[in-house]
Amino acid sequence: MSAPFRDQAIHALQDEQLRENFRGAMDFLQGKRKAVFSDTIELENLRQQGHQIKAEALANLPELLEQLDSQCSKNGIQVHWAETPEQACEIIHGIIEQNNGKLAVKGKSMVSEEIGLNHYLEARGIECLESDMGEYIVQLAQETPSHIIMPAIHKSKSQIATLFNATIPDTPYTENVDELIGTGRRILREKFQKADIGISGVNFAVAETGTLCLVENEGNGRMCTTVPPVHIAITGIEKVIPRLSDLPPLLSLLTRSATGQLITTYFNLISSPRKPDEKDGPEAVHLVLLDNGRSRMYQHPELRETLRCIRCGACMNHCPVYTRIGGHAYGTVYPGPIGQVVMPQINGLDQQGEMTEGCSLNGACGEVCPVEIPLPDLIRKLREERVQPQPAESPVNGAGSHRTRVEATAWRFWRWVYQHPELYRIVTWWATRLGSMLPNRLGPWTRTRVKPVIARQSLHEIMRERSNQPD
Amino acid sequence: MTSAKQNILARLKAAQTRQHRNSALDQAGVNQIAANRIKETSRAYTETDRLNKFTTALQASHAEVIDCTKDEWPKMLIGLIETRKLTHWLYSEKTETGRRFSQDVCTALPALEAIPYSTPVEQLKETLFNQIDAAITEAHGAIAETGTLVIIPGPEEPRLMSLVPPVHVVLLRKSKIIDTFDQLLEQENWSEAGLPTNVLLISGPSKTADIQQTLAYGAHGPKSLIVILI
Ligand code: SF4
Repeated sequence: MSAPFRDQAIHALQDEQLRENFRGAMDFLQGKRKAVFSDTIELENLRQQGHQIKAEALANLPELLEQLDSQCSKNGIQVHWAETPEQACEIIHGIIEQNNGKLAVKGKSMVSEEIGLNHYLEARGIECLESDMGEYIVQLAQETPSHIIMPAIHKSKSQIATLFNATIPDTPYTENVDELIGTGRRILREKFQKADIGISGVNFAVAETGTLCLVENEGNGRMCTTVPPVHIAITGIEKVIPRLSDLPPLLSLLTRSATGQLITTYFNLISSPRKPDEKDGPEAVHLVLLDNGRSRMYQHPELRETLRCIRCGACMNHCPVYTRIGGHAYGTVYPGPIGQVVMPQINGLDQQGEMTEGCSLNGACGEVCPVEIPLPDLIRKLREERVQPQPAESPVNGAGSHRTRVEATAWRFWRWVYQHPELYRIVTWWATRLGSMLPNRLGPWTRTRVKPVIARQSLHEIMRERSNQPD
Repeated sequence: MTSAKQNILARLKAAQTRQHRNSALDQAGVNQIAANRIKETSRAYTETDRLNKFTTALQASHAEVIDCTKDEWPKMLIGLIETRKLTHWLYSEKTETGRRFSQDVCTALPALEAIPYSTPVEQLKETLFNQIDAAITEAHGAIAETGTLVIIPGPEEPRLMSLVPPVHVVLLRKSKIIDTFDQLLEQENWSEAGLPTNVLLISGPSKTADIQQTLAYGAHGPKSLIVILI
């Protein structure tokens, strides 16, 4: 919540390199997704399935969470619940302390970003190293991810080459991607061996069997969940799904929507810690279930659809605004359309409501969403909640915070005029006649546009005249 | 943290009873949907199609697929080891593949160093990460549609065999290839019987496109995945 969204967006738009990096990346991802969903009938069919599965999971959310909890416990996975980011950090820190942990390696987890885990642990003397290549780059640069799937998408090859050269000892400048990845591999492999704690996210948590599923290409997720003696998984409560048989369609939707892959290199199903006769794997597995505003979203009849999200990132890849301003301009953990829906609900419309304005309601995000979340409708709903006349009745944090007397009065006046045809005729007659008197500057509207030219007659008038003419 | 759990569940349940319960699909309907889905997505490939589909998809993910036979594979592997100069191997003493590897391959190549994964990782970490060039394991099965190996690590073949060595060689019986992930779940019946500690679907060598969308292999796991079909 640094500079206002509008200022950051304007700033980002002026950064040529950044725009080029995003344009290139988004074109690439859009193209790949399109190619892998060549069968549009199959795609629609799958999206409906994804929608149904997640809707059913949400309808039974508390029961499924209880089932997940008891199945995991039965399997030897220790389950913890956290209402707030602070609680989640405390729980994780507690587990690390109990195990005398000093070094944690982390697989990709947006929820860990959401709770600010790295900073929390660092402040307590625990090194927490990102191991996903993109996250590693972002951490080296002391930045935050600009995309939920491809965290370092805002950087070009040469920017990364410069970064490695400047921050990693004995690393010559090279733009050879294999060499750059080789450097990361070498350093992170040393860390995997030494780490006492592995932290990961969860893509799907299966209630019926108590299974944690992780989707990845690099293998760092498998390292984090296998090599260190303790594995801590953290996830939002909405990631629970009822059955194993729900996995095939969801996995297919996720990998194809996210990166245009038929399937990722690894799909990892973890159902218990190391058993006595096994030779590797963590001795202890913990699952931290985070609420952080999700149960509040759940109370809203429409906005609860937010919780169907499987975090594929397709909505941002197809968003004309995100493509131009990039992820950092939003100044939030989750950027793009899903961010515009999630963040104001987590942090409050009073804090982050402005980002809902960064949307032209073109609908691209809703069209590509693999679980058919009507993102444009939700963004519009949030704008409405922002000017809600009865904030007390809304489950949305900060509802009504943007309501102004002047605007409310103007709309009330407009509604009154609109409901009375005679009055409407008079008002439009005057408006068209006096249109030329509009000042040249009309606030934000004319900041980047010329002022509109008002027609000299209203459409109603013209039509009336025409229909009176004998032909 | 029972209180956090109670608070979260209480909030969810309150919201659920208030208005959303009606959106819950009834159980019979849900089962029907699942059944339809499996029917819709199930493919029935012929044997040749299945094998082709599997091979093409896996190769597209940058894996090498070598068609061989049950008797010939050790000989083929010897040739491969000689050309690629892979001298340090990890294998399992407890599988048929591992035993044949140690008998047929190791005896033919006296310079080869073969280490069995028979001690807990804590004692093997150093060697595993720094000395091993390649590992050989068996696949539990495979999925044709996506070109995916089904690997079930366990006491015989621990998890890290398929992850840490730079080259991973997998033996797969052609008869074990099935059409889809749905069919795998149906066949294994894990939802009733429970799952093993770890189940892995592996489709190619480890990779990343995190630097300017440029694909690089061997991000953290194997740089090459070699599948021997028998
Ligand atoms: S809202 Fe839809 S498209 Fe966006 S990340 Fe979530 S699942 Fe993907």
